[in-house]
Amino acid sequence: MTSKSERMFDVLVVGAGPAGLAAATSATRAGARTAIVDAGVAPGGQYWRHPAPSEDGVSAAEVAHLHHGLATYHRLVAGLRAVAQFSEHHVWTVTRDTDGFVVHVIDRTGGGERAVELRSRRLILAPGAYDRQIPFPGWDLPGVMTAGGVQALLKGHGVVAGPRVLVAGTGPFLLPVAAGLSESGANVLGVHEAASPLAWLSELGAVIRNVNKLGEGASYARMLARHRIPVHTRSVVVSAHGTDAVERVTTMRLDRKGRVVSGSERTIAVDVLAVGWGFTPQLELPLALGCATRVDVDGSLVCEVDDEQRSSVEGVFVAGEACGVGGAALATVEGEIAGTVAAGASSVAPRLRRSRAALRRFAQAMHRSHPVPAGWVDRLSDNTTVCRCEEVSFGALRSMQQDLDAHDGRSAKMLTRAGMGYCQARTCGYAVGCILGQEASRTSGFAERPVSSPLTLGALAASSPTERA
Amino acid sequence: MSQPHFSFDGSQIPFRPGQSVGAALTAAGVRSWRSTRRAGRPRGLFCGIGVCFDCLLVVDGRPNERACLRLAEPGMEVSTQEGTGHGDLEV
Repeated sequence: MTSKSERMFDVLVVGAGPAGLAAATSATRAGARTAIVDAGVAPGGQYWRHPAPSEDGVSAAEVAHLHHGLATYHRLVAGLRAVAQFSEHHVWTVTRDTDGFVVHVIDRTGGGERAVELRSRRLILAPGAYDRQIPFPGWDLPGVMTAGGVQALLKGHGVVAGPRVLVAGTGPFLLPVAAGLSESGANVLGVHEAASPLAWLSELGAVIRNVNKLGEGASYARMLARHRIPVHTRSVVVSAHGTDAVERVTTMRLDRKGRVVSGSERTIAVDVLAVGWGFTPQLELPLALGCATRVDVDGSLVCEVDDEQRSSVEGVFVAGEACGVGGAALATVEGEIAGTVAAGASSVAPRLRRSRAALRRFAQAMHRSHPVPAGWVDRLSDNTTVCRCEEVSFGALRSMQQDLDAHDGRSAKMLTRAGMGYCQARTCGYAVGCILGQEASRTSGFAERPVSSPLTLGALAASSPTERA
Repeated sequence: MSQPHFSFDGSQIPFRPGQSVGAALTAAGVRSWRSTRRAGRPRGLFCGIGVCFDCLLVVDGRPNERACLRLAEPGMEVSTQEGTGHGDLEV
């Protein structure tokens, strides 16, 4: 057992993105003995992803122009001085203890793998989210990447994913990805946004209360215009082509109902396709603890929390995307509330409550304006891969439904192995749920993962069984 | 000062300290470094943040390392992962 595992914290925060950083700084400011645990090499999560600290490598300064709200980031990181920080520490599960929680962590610093246990009276879970994907013919070709992955290469490593990039999917996140690529020297061939530019007109109430969020979008739009990057709305990538890597993609126009317009195919030569359809929150840890969930406007399974970010489980708070995807500004506010309350404060500043309410309204308007357009299942062919890990085709899922009359997630796992591979359905879970005709997020068989981050049996065997004592 | 390198399937790949193995390979124009277990299809970076496990490769003899997370180190021996990466154990 290590000295780290002997320590008992008042508040332990999992995740060092906007929500987690705000939670930890608020908790420590309120006097709690606080720890923050994160898988990344530097604080920031995906939104404020930073390069690994190094002597003469990629520097934070050279990627600063890719970031938004860096002043907030620096203020939050400066607030961590009295916080015990564990980076490159992957939480694989959390268990209850008599006086709190045991957080089971794999320390991967320096490429190693060492089991560590941390203890805390209260937990704040701020696990964040990752790009939501839907399958299409050719999406398993190298060079087809998630929009977030392309952004991570830029922000975290100073690497442009390829010379010619096409950005596609839906949501405001596509704009900073395209702008960052272009600023970094890529030839961005275009942004293909599935939503209608008019969708926002029906959401004016939420928009007016969040003029600064609109300003953020407008600044990216200006940058795209300056770089002469065309933004095609109601346009979707229907297939990717190539032998050993993507060489071309086919786009099609969408009608008002989100259906492809026949005859509108265009084929474009690319090196990289960056694609994303919103985000999926990481719910492994809240689900492992039994936190109550609900289905959000975007169809994602998210945690139910009260006005002070408390989950249904005593002592467990949840903040950020895991309570509903809403972006960094909302996550920061939720983190500040969670940190303050978890540290024992009796009340939350009214300005935080007001800010959270306005930002949540904006997030819901965003989700309504950027739906995954219907009809994508019809564009799959029998040999289109749906589960990338286990190489399960659409045809295998379809014949399971037709021949065996099986339609639930558990059957899909048992009969086809969809969702049973390395990623444990993180990538295909949403899509398989849609294909089966179930509301994706309710197929909890796809969201529950007893081990939230993979570890070897060796590391497990080496962990000290303290709680059995 | 000369740039550090690691080897990939016998060729030398330069990297900047702080970059992942996957980032350095991408910068060097390498697109794929795994062949899938069933169809033997090429795979490389997909999610880029440790979620999807598509970018698995072999580092210093150890298979199933995520190229997007594993930081590059000078002299590292990196190779393409064929199938499970445990070729000698396959039945």
